[in-house]
Amino acid sequence: MPERLKVYLIGVGGQGSLTAARLLGEAALRSGVEALVSEVHGMAQRGGIVETAVLLGGYRSPILGRGAADLLLAFEPLEALRALGPLKKVSPKGWVITNTHPIRPITVSLRLGRYPDLERAFAEVKGHVKQFLKLDATALAQEAGSPLALNMVMLGALSATELLPFPVAALEERIEAFAPRFAEVNLRAWRIGREAIARALAAPAAS
Amino acid sequence: MPRALKEKKGERLLLLGNEAIARGALEAGLGFATTYPGTPASEIGDTLARSARETGIYFEYSVNEKVALELATAAALCGVRALVAMKHVGLNVAADAFMSTLYTGTRAGLVVVTADDPSMHSSQNEQDNRYYALLAGAPLLEPADPQEAYAMAKAAFPLSEELELPVLLRTTTRVSHSRAGVEVGPLPAPEDRKVKGRFHKDPFRFVIVPSVARPLHKLLLERLERAEARAEESPFNFVLGEGEELGIVTSGVSYSYVRDALEDLGVEGRVSVLKLGMSHPLPRKLVARFLGSVERALVVEELEPVLERSLRALAQELELKVKIYGKGTGGLSRLYEYDPDRVRSAIAEVLGLRDSEPEPVWTSPDRLPDRPPVLCPGCPHRASYYALKLALGAEFEKTIFATDIGCYTLGLLPPLAMADHLLCMGSSVGTAGGFSRASDQRVIAFIGDSTLFHAGIPAIVNAVHNRHKFLVVVLDNRTTAMTGLQPHPGLEFCATGPAPAVPIETLLQGCGVRHVHIVDPVDLQKATAVFEEALKESEEEVTAVISRHPCVLLSSGG
Repeated sequence: MPERLKVYLIGVGGQGSLTAARLLGEAALRSGVEALVSEVHGMAQRGGIVETAVLLGGYRSPILGRGAADLLLAFEPLEALRALGPLKKVSPKGWVITNTHPIRPITVSLRLGRYPDLERAFAEVKGHVKQFLKLDATALAQEAGSPLALNMVMLGALSATELLPFPVAALEERIEAFAPRFAEVNLRAWRIGREAIARALAAPAAS
Repeated sequence: MPRALKEKKGERLLLLGNEAIARGALEAGLGFATTYPGTPASEIGDTLARSARETGIYFEYSVNEKVALELATAAALCGVRALVAMKHVGLNVAADAFMSTLYTGTRAGLVVVTADDPSMHSSQNEQDNRYYALLAGAPLLEPADPQEAYAMAKAAFPLSEELELPVLLRTTTRVSHSRAGVEVGPLPAPEDRKVKGRFHKDPFRFVIVPSVARPLHKLLLERLERAEARAEESPFNFVLGEGEELGIVTSGVSYSYVRDALEDLGVEGRVSVLKLGMSHPLPRKLVARFLGSVERALVVEELEPVLERSLRALAQELELKVKIYGKGTGGLSRLYEYDPDRVRSAIAEVLGLRDSEPEPVWTSPDRLPDRPPVLCPGCPHRASYYALKLALGAEFEKTIFATDIGCYTLGLLPPLAMADHLLCMGSSVGTAGGFSRASDQRVIAFIGDSTLFHAGIPAIVNAVHNRHKFLVVVLDNRTTAMTGLQPHPGLEFCATGPAPAVPIETLLQGCGVRHVHIVDPVDLQKATAVFEEALKESEEEVTAVISRHPCVLLSSGG
């Protein structure tokens, strides 16, 4: 098990990335691993970009420097590209897990910008990071029983990487405890996400 | 009961910096708390609001920061430990009262929390409120992380009592909105918490007419001398490491960046760090000793060179030979929040090390489309803007839209594009008067319900009395939506239970506005007709339309 991990989460307001980050931090702390979670509030609920850093294993800076993320967990594919490109958040030795389901920003609807060609962009990214993994987490959340469980699919996906510096069971326990009313759907979503990435990693093309 | 308050002594919780402040204050025996919500300070008040029932403290969302501070000041004079929390620009609103509280001083501990917002994540400016400590003469505590925020909130009360001065506790977004493990202590039993005291009269100390104020200014300076002596021995001011090649002086979250940078560069043995948590009054002896022990010094502080200037002045006074670096070194500037890269580059530069900028792992052939925040689906503000746009028709282009602070400021963005000017809370109504007097253009002011109560009312009175001609649209969504759905005086409940509402319509009428319309913007046809009528009336006198429909987040459970 690694001792430290820097995760950069990016998504769109309403996708639940703040909750995912908090659960990661709580699971770590309960496992005796130091955790720092930085958030930016304010405009997040209004469809803007939500960025969160989760630093596990004894860091002090609450935010990530350039090229510092060991793992990018992207809840939306355009935002994955933003984190990889202009925001320069991800290390060349880093892992990427991205949702493939696009949420078109208003600038695209207004024709002030073009949504990138994801197939092409992902093909380009692939060779420049250690591991590039994608899943349609939006569809998988639906399959689990609720589109709101997207963040649980993403946490499940993350848990399959073996990058976490604490036991996976601690995270599963937090998910179960955090919203008892939705525990069943959340755990199902978590498992579906976990299996999707485990399958991708087992496939020979993955590395 | 929020989780920040539930857990027992000795446990480590993953707390937001703001929750940690609430917890620290409650452990210190807080009895009275007020706030006006504002990012990044809001969760301090929200956490205390949810704790009020069980802890027995008095809590309120006050109408604005000035009133909030005045209440807390009075509570502290009654012997009840009091805290008031606000965002950095809130202290501008409270500044008039704040300046005087340093003269009158306090009896029980009084802690004023200001949450600054370097990089302006959700603010109109990035003013450095450490200047308020210098301006008013307030002892200043600057936490670096949630654990320290907790400890400082707790220690600030006895410090305030010892010095008989309010203490300014200054956080920044990255402290207020970071979660980290915080080891908490015991909460006092409700019966041990002092929530009522007694005011002992002393008018020649508390009524600051000039003859009273003159000796009080002298007293303030004497108290600040005592405060400096406390800063010399404060556990929040300490030296780390023994390296002599470089001494880094730092405060707030910058300390965290410094620590990680030293590890990244592998230079811990060459450097020592002076961390100033109680940074005003400056502990001059401690700083002088530190500057005398190193070959070079680097000041790492976000925003303004407050410490840097003090250090340069001190070095000149004491004829110290040490070379001092600060703003302009590496990535350090007066602009925006710091990050690990900016701080590392500065340390590397002073030590003559190479620090390379990492390449992005991917470069987009085209510019990626922006994703600005937008009004929520179903937001009633959209309907208000649209109905008014229809009513204006061809006059839209010539109309000046003075806007205000809230979700509806997003009306700035196309396709709505209905915002031309904004300064601060309440500025829509004041500036609308100016625009209408100094031009012949049609003027419309947009102001939210909470913002109207906060700072709009004097400007309404002014507009009526001075016969300004414009339309005020009160975007009344029955909450303070932007900061997390806090209540305001227009509602029939407050943070802790039912409350008498102050209806906006009678308030405006009482201010002398003769035409006050109320409309539900979701009824588009009717709303458009009402706006058409109100626009005509506003050509003769200030006219108001209250566009009332609850925030969509209220019905969706937030």
